Amino acid sequence: MAQERHHEADITASQKKRAFHVRKGRWPIRSAGLNFALAYGVIFLISAALFLSFIWWSSNNLLDNHVRAFIETDAQELREHWNYGGPPALSDAIEERLEQNVDDDALYLLIDRYGRRLAGNLPGWPASITRINHFYEITIRRYSFTTPAEFKAYNLTHGYKLIIGHDIRGRYLLGTVITRTLIWCAVMIALLAFGGAWVVRDLFRRMVGSIARTASAVASGDLSHRIALTGSETDLVAEPVNTMLDRINRLMEGVRQVSNAIAHDLRTPITRARNQLEDALSSANSTEALRSAVDKAICDLDHITGIFEALLRIAQIEAGSRRSAFTMVDVNDLLSNMAELYEASAEDAGLKLVLDVSPLPALHGDERMLQQALANLLDNAIKFSPAGSELTLSAHPVLAITPKGHAASTPTGIEISVRDHGPGMNKEDILRAHERFFRAESARHTPGSGLGLSLVQAVTGLHHGKLTLTQANPGLKVTLFLPLTPAASHPHALTDPVQNHD
Amino acid sequence: MHILLVEDDPTVRSFVFKGLKEAGHNVDQADNGKDGLYLAISEKYDIIILDRMLPGGIDGLNILETLRGQKNNTPVLLLSALSEVDDRVDGLRAGGDDYVTKPFAFSELLARVEALGRRGNADAAPETTITVGDLKLDLLTRDVQRDGQKIDLQPREFRLLEFLARHAGQVVTRTMLLEKVWDYHFDPQTNVIDVHVSRLRQKVDKPFKTSIIHTVRNAGYILRTPQD
Ligand SMILES: Nc1ncnc2c1ncn2[C@@H]1O[C@H](COP(=O)(O)OP(=O)(O)O)[C@@H](O)[C@H]1O
Ligand SMILES: [Mg+2]
Repeated sequence: MAQERHHEADITASQKKRAFHVRKGRWPIRSAGLNFALAYGVIFLISAALFLSFIWWSSNNLLDNHVRAFIETDAQELREHWNYGGPPALSDAIEERLEQNVDDDALYLLIDRYGRRLAGNLPGWPASITRINHFYEITIRRYSFTTPAEFKAYNLTHGYKLIIGHDIRGRYLLGTVITRTLIWCAVMIALLAFGGAWVVRDLFRRMVGSIARTASAVASGDLSHRIALTGSETDLVAEPVNTMLDRINRLMEGVRQVSNAIAHDLRTPITRARNQLEDALSSANSTEALRSAVDKAICDLDHITGIFEALLRIAQIEAGSRRSAFTMVDVNDLLSNMAELYEASAEDAGLKLVLDVSPLPALHGDERMLQQALANLLDNAIKFSPAGSELTLSAHPVLAITPKGHAASTPTGIEISVRDHGPGMNKEDILRAHERFFRAESARHTPGSGLGLSLVQAVTGLHHGKLTLTQANPGLKVTLFLPLTPAASHPHALTDPVQNHD
Repeated sequence: MHILLVEDDPTVRSFVFKGLKEAGHNVDQADNGKDGLYLAISEKYDIIILDRMLPGGIDGLNILETLRGQKNNTPVLLLSALSEVDDRVDGLRAGGDDYVTKPFAFSELLARVEALGRRGNADAAPETTITVGDLKLDLLTRDVQRDGQKIDLQPREFRLLEFLARHAGQVVTRTMLLEKVWDYHFDPQTNVIDVHVSRLRQKVDKPFKTSIIHTVRNAGYILRTPQD
């Protein structure tokens, strides 16, 4: 045993180690808010870069096309000058153009067949221009700096050649602007991401905070604490957690009720049995008296056993573990057999048991528990009815109401009810009837231990059904709604029972 | 009958042992699973009473499964603590013939043991009539006669009488009747069985000079002819 525990400790230690290793190899930032903001920043930066690259690429294209078109039209015009007046006219035209070129971005060169320069602002034929009628992009020296330029060379008649070029330094300007924008963007995004990280982290903290507060409140014993619903995504967690807490609370309540009940309600029969035996021991003066005392004590013990069994069974049912015993149950069969069994008892008590049952669909359930529930109801009805009255066991399929308000043809559940003409129960008692050991004041003198309806309630819950007690004036009507499928657990009864949930 | 009792609790064991002895049975006992299994395999018994929970690694179900694995069909009655409903199902599925939960009344145990012993003998030829004194049941036509006089019974009443007649001379308890005649395994809360038996008496006993259905105090009922 001790060894086993040791082993367990080893396992947890190695698990911890592994968890640590995993953590070491991973991304270092643990804050979800920060990571979120970071990821957001990176994505934003990448998209800004992509966007600006596209602008860069498309405006370059535009500029290129523009420059080329300009060169081509210029060539066209200059060729006309050439045709009209030969070298002198062309030279004049070139000089005139250069003079009028305010931007100082036009480049020309005219040479004769011997390569002598006749006009233009290029110092000489650039070595890299080897082909005629072809666009070149070349970096050239102008004044004191170098600049990129677009060139095209043309053949004229008699061996003359003309180069037309265009300084495209503007493109670099654009490049600089875009790069600068990008850098600014990066800075702004970084700032925004950082600020955002704080905000998001705060948001996350607040979201998780309310859950954490509730969890620690519950951990320290305050089971009534619930996570506040905010309408945000945290509700996705908050709602099921709250439902879970409700259920835990109910189970705890059950446990408390049971322990209270054991303290109070079992003490009575145990005390009685003990007193009886003690009394017999000290004062019985005949075997007969002793026998009868022991006999009574055995009866009391059997009663206590019965209470224990009922309590255990209720606990077992409420834990839901009995769902494994579910089969398809023929409810008509079950009801007529139960009626047959109890009809004799009813008659013996001077009562008439009337069976009012329509054909019912089969139900997926625990047959034995359904029998037990029904037995408890019939027992109550017989027990609390005055002689000469009538009790009714009825059962009908419950039809769903379609959105149009008509009854659908397929039933969603079965409604079984037991109605008697006894004293019934008042509102306060009805509300408490399903509590363990609850017995109304007027029931003090009838046999029973107040666990019957608790068990019925548990069985109904097991089947996702609903137990309703109604004061039927005179008498009590107890109704079990049992859905055919667990989803249909909300009854839309056609017959309208006065329900006790107001 | 030759009975093996395997039960670890000394009080319960000696209580049951004494009771069975007084009822005229020959009882061997074991207080752990190992001895119990050894006895169950090496001797021939009419009935084995097994506690489910036994110390020492071999529990009641293990013994039962081993026996059934060896094609040993000795009737087995299982004893176990407060009824977990599924325990009962497990026990019967493992080949148990009957099940009694602790705490139990000795009368209940004895009645069941005797019913099981009877069943062990009567497995041979299926009868078509049962005769107990002047009572005659025809199982095929469902005719009941007493003293040559026909008695009209409802189907359930017939089954009730049939069960009592099959166990004539033995005590049958209310729980046994509920289980075997109605096939119910729940707690009926009230005296439902008593009422049915008294109805049966109205038809089977009332019109005649002598009664054959008797109440046994603190136990149940017995069907018995006056000369027994
Ligand atoms: N048919 C009924 N008519 C009047 N009162 C009832 C009826 N059924 C139940 N009650 C009341 O509800 C209480 C709880 O019932 P139950 O849980 O079955 O316990 P028990 O039957 O052991 O008293 C009863 O003690 C009684 O006061
Ligand atoms: Mg009750």
